[in-house]
Parts: sequence; structure tokens; C-alpha cells
Amino acid sequence: MAMADQNASGSFRLSMLIYDSRYRSMTIQVIVLIMVVLGVVWLVDNLLSNLSALDKDPNFGFLWETSGYDINQRLIEYSSQSTHFRAAEVGLLNTLLVAVVGCFFATLLGVSIGVMRLSKNWIVSRLMTVYIETFRNVPVLLWIVFAMAIFIEVFPQPKAFRGDNATAHMIGDAVAFTNRGIYIPRLEFHEGSSFVVYTLIASIIGIFLFGKWAKAHQEATGQILPTFWIKLGILIIPALVVFFVMGKPIQMFYPELKGFNFKGGLHLRNSLIALTLALVIYTSAFIAEAVRAGIMAISKGQTEAALALGLRPKRVMSLVVLPQALRVIVPPLISQYLNLTKNSSLAIAVGYMDITGTLGGITLNQTGRELECILLLMIIYLTISLSISMVMNIYNNSVKLKER
Amino acid sequence: MKKSVFLGTLAAAGLMAGFASAGTLDDVQARDALKCGVSTGLAGFAAPDANGRWEGFDVAVCRAVAAAVLGDPEKVEFVPLTSKVRFTALASGEVDMLSRVTTWTFSRDVDLKFTFTGVNYYDGQGFMVRKDLGVASATELDGATVCITTGTTTELNLADYFRSNGMEYEPVPIETNAEAQQQYLSGACDVFTTDSSALAATRATFENPGEHMVLPEIISKEPLGPLVRQGDDQWADIVRWTLNAMITAEELGVTSANLDEMAAGSDNPEINRLLGTEGTLGEMLGLDNDWAKRIIASVGNYGEAFEANIGESTPIGLSRGLNALWKQGGLQYSPPFR
Ligand SMILES: N[C@@H](CCC(=O)N[C@@H](CS)C(=O)NCC(=O)O)C(=O)O
Repeated sequence: MAMADQNASGSFRLSMLIYDSRYRSMTIQVIVLIMVVLGVVWLVDNLLSNLSALDKDPNFGFLWETSGYDINQRLIEYSSQSTHFRAAEVGLLNTLLVAVVGCFFATLLGVSIGVMRLSKNWIVSRLMTVYIETFRNVPVLLWIVFAMAIFIEVFPQPKAFRGDNATAHMIGDAVAFTNRGIYIPRLEFHEGSSFVVYTLIASIIGIFLFGKWAKAHQEATGQILPTFWIKLGILIIPALVVFFVMGKPIQMFYPELKGFNFKGGLHLRNSLIALTLALVIYTSAFIAEAVRAGIMAISKGQTEAALALGLRPKRVMSLVVLPQALRVIVPPLISQYLNLTKNSSLAIAVGYMDITGTLGGITLNQTGRELECILLLMIIYLTISLSISMVMNIYNNSVKLKER
Repeated sequence: MKKSVFLGTLAAAGLMAGFASAGTLDDVQARDALKCGVSTGLAGFAAPDANGRWEGFDVAVCRAVAAAVLGDPEKVEFVPLTSKVRFTALASGEVDMLSRVTTWTFSRDVDLKFTFTGVNYYDGQGFMVRKDLGVASATELDGATVCITTGTTTELNLADYFRSNGMEYEPVPIETNAEAQQQYLSGACDVFTTDSSALAATRATFENPGEHMVLPEIISKEPLGPLVRQGDDQWADIVRWTLNAMITAEELGVTSANLDEMAAGSDNPEINRLLGTEGTLGEMLGLDNDWAKRIIASVGNYGEAFEANIGESTPIGLSRGLNALWKQGGLQYSPPFR
């Protein structure tokens, strides 16, 4: 037997690729790989030949043609004379705006609700349970459409603000809630305003340094400073002083009813607000659950030990439990951020012009370039998602348990 | 298991590629149903009635084609499509034809690779506003918020019109007519703009149509008609001549009421050719010689279909205007049946 074995390993026969367990799995993998590659090649070839039968060879030249359509919310210069590429950029920025604002507020809301869900107060914790179960169990598209419908039906039309017997009024002559959106004052930056901005930046750095110092001070002396008020002071006072010294270079423009609409202020469109709001409440319900799971994963002993040391309950949460819970919370948080970003593509339901609405909507429809547009969209969403995940993974590495 | 699913997918993809290249007529006959893309709901043009049966002027064209090809105007599978997805649906073979208030334009015909098979309604883009807005002309709309359906020619015309008149506006893009209606009625937009026939149809469904008006300006040409994929000439011919048969029937005075009498044979050879008692026009199309008879029996001639769905006796109340026969000073004109 031993002899036979040695013989076998000495001379390699083709049949061994199938019968010899050392090679078999490799053989199967190679065969499957070849089949997959052939299949993909065949599908792509099929696609290309079908497209050319339709006389539609893939071509991205349309991106540089005039778009011909207008977009209401533009964060960068754009008109109907711009290119489809520019329209896609406008849409991309609109997507990112909703994603960033949405993730920010969803986190704030989600963390608060998750913590409150664990509250000892029966009513509070029940209420939070109701919140979570209502919002995460109804499809987000319905929330988006619902938010928009409420917006349109509840708030007054701009013309209700007109005349002597107006039925609607601006709040403090500065903010107007209408069914087309909320109009708020707009800041305009004049010469000298850069000093104010620099001061503000310096103050933020100052706050950061002060925070570090306060911590060191507390560790050294045990004295806890009222950091919040001091930080607020550092933020506001120098900037205010510079603002007045420079002769008020930043001006506020108030919205005013002119013609059909309010002019002069900043227009937060109903589509933007409805979309963001719906995404925030929906996603926050999931984040709250992740937060609750994270907190419950921390053993009771930690809390008891902290309490035994004399920490107040609030500090137990912020100094002992949350920092440890973060390592459990962050990974599901990443997927919630990704979900929110991808769900923002439902924007068209309320006419918000995100990248799906411009590149994947009007451009696709007007140029008939389905394949190209969808391909680009996929690449763009993939890039956004991978970037979010990369950033969050870096953060995750910084909060995960350090094993020493 | 995984592999067999994969192979199955490949096979299915292969079959689909095979089907797409066969003639549309054969597909429709093999399926024994015509898949016709229509609006999601536009009164008078295409909308389901109280019993869920599709009715309308565009629907009549679908039924006419089904009557000609399958012998039964009921053998239509209506596929409601928004303006945005209609072309993708047609190009991908999800529907056999579109009859969906679609404007015949150069780029759709040439670049998007479709074939328009005639014009069943000559239209133009208009604006609708509330009367109490106090606007009498489109040139007073500077700064207005305008509701538009996305993926339409109207969206492009609107941009051009405001630009060339040096006016600003706030576009509110919307997917379907129903949503546009909701936004317009609640005052989220000041103006609703689209083909003026669609404006009339939409206004007719309002609770108080008298509170709204269509402004006098017509800012574009919108020849609306049925269309098919480019490259299947036989199918395009069938759809084209179905519409022509309806128009010719009106020209020749053939109606659904006097059809049997006319089909018994008449002194007018063109009537005889149309109704198949003389010549073999139907066979040339790949159908039988009674094809046009069935069309008129099921939906009537062009004028009858117009009056029944969108004419002056209906709530929509459109007059024939440009859509009168050429003999009556309109533009509807069919090439001769010979
Ligand atoms: N004729 C124009 C516009 C056609 C169009 O889609 N009109 C809309 C606005 S009224 C419509 O009919 N919608 C019906 C629906 O919601 O499906 C075009 O071909 O682009």
C-alpha cells in the first residue's frame, strides 16, 4: 500500500484531477470559474449585440449635450443650457445634501430614542417603543409621500400671507411656513466677513483645546468645570466682537412675499423637507434599536460599579456605558447610513431632484440612454456607499475594544 | 443547485433575445393579446371606468389594432405607463405599441429609435391657472411655481419658453397627472402646464372646473400619436393603417351604424377596398380582408371615437379644431386606400 501511494505521488495522471481529493476541489473551482466567466462574456455579448440590433451602441457622448430642462434646487450654477453632465452633478449634490443632513439628524434622534427606550420611566419607555415600532414597520416610501401630503395640505399657500386680512402670518417677519416649503432668512457675506469666519474657526479650535485642558484639569484636581457655558462663550463672544468691529459685514435678508412667491430668503423646499424628515424618522427607529442593543450588551456590573463609585446616572451613561456600547453600535450604524443614502433615491416620489431624478430620470428619458445612465448611477451609488463605509470603518477601529 | 439556476438564467436570457427579434405581429398573435402602453389615467384619453374597463381616445387606437390583428377589441392588455418610463417600456419590448398622448419629435423618432405611425390628436402646450390668481396671459407668469410632468416634451418647452421671455419660474417635477392635479389643486403650484387637451381633460374632472382657466397662449406643437419600435416595418404599417382606416372611414362616411350596409358592397370602390369587398389590402398587411371592418365595428370611425371620448358632448368638451378632416379645414388626412 505504501509503495502504491508513493508511486501515485510520483507520477501525475490527468484522472487524478477528479479522483484525487487533493486536487478535486481545485478542479471544481476552476471549472466553475471558467463557466462563470464564459457566462458573463456571453451575457455581455448578448447585450451588446441586442443593443446594436436596436441601433443603440453604448455611448456616453450625450453627457456633453445641452440638457434643456430646469432643476429647482441647485447648489451650483445650472440652467437649461447646461449639459446633462452638469445636471447629474446638481443631482449628486442634492443626494449628498439629503444623505448628510439625514444621517446627522437620524443619529441624534436615534441615539436619544434608543437611550430613552431603556428609561426606567414606564411611560417614556413605552412611548419610545411605540415610536420605533410605528416608524420602522411602515415602508419608508409611504412616510415620504405622507410627509409631503401633510405638508401640502396643512400649511397655507403663499397667497394666504397677502393683503390686510391675511389668514397666515410670518413668524417674527423672518420665517414663513408655506405649502411650497419653508422660507427662512438668508445670510449674505460682504467684504470683511472672512474675518468673522476665521474668528469662528479659531474659536472652534479654542474650544477643542479648552476641552482638553479642562479634562486634564479635572484629572489633576478632580474639579469639574461648567464647560458647556464656557465653550458657548468662546464660540460666540469673539465672533460677535469681530462682527461689530468690521462693521457688520454679514447681512441677513428676510423673505418677502413678491408676486407669486416669497423672494429674498432661503427656500427650503417642501420636497427636501418631506424627504429628509421621512428618512430621518424612519432610519432613527432602526438606529434606536441598534443603540438599545449596544447598551444592553454592556454587563450590568459595569453600571453598578460606576454607581458604586458615586457617579451620577447621566455620567454613568456618558462615561462608562456609551463608550463601551459604541463598538456594538457602530457596525449596524454603518448599514443604517448606507440604507438612508440609498433610500434617498425614492426622492422622485415627491419631486426632489436627486441624482436618480436628474441622471436616472429626466436625462435618461430625454436621451433614451437607459443602459448608460443606469450604469453610471450604479457606479455613483457604489462609490458613495463605499466611501461612507470606509470612513465609518476607520471610526469603528478607533472605538473598538483595545486589547492590550 | 446554484449552477442550475445560473444555467436556467442563461437559457431564459437566450430565449428572450430570440423572442425580441421575431416579428411583433407573430408575437401578438401567438400571445393572443396586444400589450398596449397607455397613460396611468387621463380622462377621455385613457382611464379605467367604474368597472375597471379602460376607456378613451388613446385606448380606442389600442382596441382598433387588437380588432384588426386578433379579431377582438377586448384582447388588449393595457399597461399603464408614466411619461418617464414609457419609452423604456416600449424599447425593451414590455409593450407592443404605445398609444399614450406622446408627441412625435425628431429625437424620439431618430435618436430613440421609434417609429411614429401617425397623429391621432394635433395639440399644443398650454397653461392652466386658478381664475382668482388674476393672470390673463402666460407672459405674466414671472416667478410662478409651475407643476410639470417629468419626462415630457412639456418640460423642455417650458424651459425654452420662460428663458426666451426672460422670465423665471420654479419647476415642480411630478410623475403622474393625478399627482400633478393634487398639487395644483392644493395650491402647491400656481400653474399646471401640459398639452392643452390634457389640461381640458384634467379640468373636466375638477369639482369646480369654473374656478380654473386655460391661458390663451399655446407655446408648442404637440402632434400626439401612436408609436412602435423602429425596425419592424410590417408592425408599424399595421398600426399606421389602422389609424388611417379610422380617418378614411370618416372621410367616406362609413360609421359603426351603417357599416353592414356599406360592407354589403357600394358604388364607391375606395369604400369597397377599405372594407375588403374589393382587392386584398388586408392580406398585403399580413391580416385578412375584413380587418378594417372589424376596426370600425369595434371603435367606430375617427370622428365617432373623437365624439364618444373627448368631443363636445362629453365633459371634456374638445372641439375638433385642428383635428377636423382636411375637407373641413382641419389637418386629419389619410393617404388613399389603394
Ligand atoms: N405630449 C407630451 C406629454 C405627454 C404626457 O405625458 N402628459 C402627461 C401630463 S397630462 C400625461 O398625460 N400623464 C398621464 C399620466 O399620468 O399617465 C409628451 O409626449 O412628452
